[in-house]
Amino acid sequence: MFGKLSLEAIPTDPIVLTTIVAIVLGGGALTAAITYFKKWGYLWTEWITSVDHKKLGIMYFIVALVMLLRGFADAIMMRSQLAMASAGAEGFLPPSHYDQIFTAHGVIMIFFVAMPMVIGLMNLVVPLQIGARDVAFPFLNNLSFWLFAAGVVLVNVSLFVGEFAKTGWLAYAPLSGLDYSPGVGVDYWIWALQISGIGTTMTGINFFVTILKMRTKGMTMFRMPIFTWTSLCANVLIIASFPILTATIALLTLDRYLGMNFFTTDLGGNMMMYVNLIWAWGHPEVYILILPAFGVFSEVIATFAKKRLFGYNTMVWATVAITILSFVVWLHHFFTMGAGADVNAFFGIMTMIIAIPTGVKIFNWLFTMYRGRLEFTSPVLWTLGFIITFTLGGMTGVMLSVPAANFVLHNSLFVIAHFHNVIIGGVVFGMLAGLTYWFPKAFGFTLNEKWGKRSFWCWFIGFYVAFTPLYVLAFFGAVRRMQSYSNPEWQPLMIVAWVGALIIAAGIACTLIQFYVSIRDRKQNQDVTGDPWDGRTLEWATSSPAPFYNFAHLPEVHGVDGFWEAKKANGGVPPISEPPYQDIHMPKNTWEGPIIALFATIFGFALVWHIWWLAIVGGIGMFATFMARIFNDDVDYYVPAAEVERIEREHRQRLKQKGDLAHSTRLETQS
Amino acid sequence: MATDTLSNQGHAHGHDHDHHDDHHDTAGTKIFGFWVYLMSDLVIFGSLFATYAVLLRGTAGGPTPGEIFDLPLILISTFLLLISSFTYGMAVLAMNAGRVVQVQKWLIITFLLGAGFIGLELYEFQHLIHEGFGPDRSGFLSAFFTLVGTHGLHVTFGLIWILVMLIQLKKQGLTEVTRPRIMCLSLFWHFLDIVWICVFSFVYLMGVL
Repeated sequence: MFGKLSLEAIPTDPIVLTTIVAIVLGGGALTAAITYFKKWGYLWTEWITSVDHKKLGIMYFIVALVMLLRGFADAIMMRSQLAMASAGAEGFLPPSHYDQIFTAHGVIMIFFVAMPMVIGLMNLVVPLQIGARDVAFPFLNNLSFWLFAAGVVLVNVSLFVGEFAKTGWLAYAPLSGLDYSPGVGVDYWIWALQISGIGTTMTGINFFVTILKMRTKGMTMFRMPIFTWTSLCANVLIIASFPILTATIALLTLDRYLGMNFFTTDLGGNMMMYVNLIWAWGHPEVYILILPAFGVFSEVIATFAKKRLFGYNTMVWATVAITILSFVVWLHHFFTMGAGADVNAFFGIMTMIIAIPTGVKIFNWLFTMYRGRLEFTSPVLWTLGFIITFTLGGMTGVMLSVPAANFVLHNSLFVIAHFHNVIIGGVVFGMLAGLTYWFPKAFGFTLNEKWGKRSFWCWFIGFYVAFTPLYVLAFFGAVRRMQSYSNPEWQPLMIVAWVGALIIAAGIACTLIQFYVSIRDRKQNQDVTGDPWDGRTLEWATSSPAPFYNFAHLPEVHGVDGFWEAKKANGGVPPISEPPYQDIHMPKNTWEGPIIALFATIFGFALVWHIWWLAIVGGIGMFATFMARIFNDDVDYYVPAAEVERIEREHRQRLKQKGDLAHSTRLETQS
Repeated sequence: MATDTLSNQGHAHGHDHDHHDDHHDTAGTKIFGFWVYLMSDLVIFGSLFATYAVLLRGTAGGPTPGEIFDLPLILISTFLLLISSFTYGMAVLAMNAGRVVQVQKWLIITFLLGAGFIGLELYEFQHLIHEGFGPDRSGFLSAFFTLVGTHGLHVTFGLIWILVMLIQLKKQGLTEVTRPRIMCLSLFWHFLDIVWICVFSFVYLMGVL
């Protein structure tokens, strides 16, 4: 009846039990509060079923921030364990628990923190930047989000029911095969990633088509904002690489569920095929994360230096070059596998070549600042911190790309330090910069600068304190994924790294306080004009928060930085949309998206536990709901011109009330 | 039209409200999006072909390709699928001419040919498993069953899709909703044909040679 599922699946470990109790109580309180304030209807109509790309972007970010807390809790546990477990001491985490934690940390941080932040920003910003009212396929956009949420649910359920994988975040075979991982941990990994990965592929297709097909009048490819360009390239990478992940996970699934022999050690299987396939996806994946972050920095630095981005064309071509090169470097993740000197040399050289377009970008940012009028806002601090940190991380990457050096450094803490150097210094800094920069566009008020800067300094200093010791430890022979070590000389540096993690924790706390303070002071920080930073691109041409139809009249652009040009042409003030207005065609909300994802969650859970009848229920449920969508023709409507006029009139009144004179004179002095 | 821009807002007002060609979800966008999906699907098949090539020699003492492939049977099923691509093309021609009944007839013929293809594939699989050459026998057989089976699964989805289109054509006829769907299904069907030609040459022909 319940497959492999029984009461024994609930863990008895005190740490896990405490977490379970805390989450159950917290979740219960949240549910009770929503019920008490009668907010279920509001949540359902305004958020859960919404096809508004801005709201979906916000939801991606909220989930990402919650998962950041969970992923970071894993990180702090690992650092604490290694600060303690020296010279024969066992620490507080037994190996089976420690292995789940480092696996969960990697999976969560990449798939359920970094990815949703990147995709969330893309959702919030890209349609606004290209002057569109929506994405190409709004229903798919909603479905993508909810499939991602299904993956999040499965990963979190693994904490309470059963276990998570102990294999490392990429579940290398044959360790992840049935012989060596008979438990349900790998199955949770499989279904969480498979379901959310399909959502990601749909997002990639959706935004690729949106950017190519829905740009406003005058927005040629070489007038697109850099963030849109980097998103376009990231989506190309998603379309070309995520299917490989889908296929690879499917093959591992067949090995585990139907006894096939793709990656087994006997009967003709080939475990090295797994490593090749997973990295053929995995390496493009890191560029899916970093390219949009590059886009954020480009926007931020041009805006706050009050200059057009230096070398727009080279920035675009550097992005395209990285996109292409990212598919011919995957083997550098396993030089030690024994592919031979020629193969290793090829992939080593290709990897080094990626440093060239990346260097072009670094110089473009530097030259944008050069002789600019740089304002040291918190997004700029994140950008400066990024340029320094990412350059260092890039250089350790080039060191790793030398196959001979790689044989020494492979699987050591050097690798850990390197990729945290580029992921924290690049992706995390970029996403937090983007969050601060575009927050007013999503909510209508700016974030508190004081706490934003505190957060930056904690992250920046904390990163170096936490990860520099790991570079050093690697040269003493410390490897990754070790639960304890015998050499007592390592312990001081391990404790330093632990202190670094605590400083980063303070940075996360500062961000949370920043949200609280900013929401409390939202009246003072209100962004009435919709253009709080004197921006250059189209997302600042509409009010904040942007109306659900984005633009009452679609904007028209005549060059790079179209909005900036429009302001200049209009005497330094943004052109304001005046009546008459027209009916606007918009998509309707969808109940099918969240319901399909609900059945997908049931489907995944049932397959993890081999509850076949429930898997059939989940499968039929998904199919039937999808059919309901196919046969539903009532998917769009027209916003009457009168309604548009009312919303726009209110915006103009707010502008007048606040006496926007100061803003417009500021602009005039600049043009 | 709601596509007026800031610069011509004064003039655009008073134009006809043409409720069709300003929609962001136009047929062109849908079909382009479907092309992009097909390309991503092609990457899945590419991964499976690569896996098959790597595992081809992993027979683990079990049968080799030449020993188990029944080429005449595969030739029949290949022709069924090729002809079904032709009949689907006829359905699209009928759609362009606006003849609903013709479209339905050609779709039914396509369905029968596709179902025949799937029937033969199921027979082949069942036969192999019965002989003891199931997908768990060796790495080669795992890769073979998965590559061919994934294609078969796609064809099966195509068959379901044809049924859905038959129902929708009966209910709605040829509309702005059903036309792009028939076009997307057409792309899907021809795409599966091309993939099958690769399967036939790469797996079956080269296996027997």
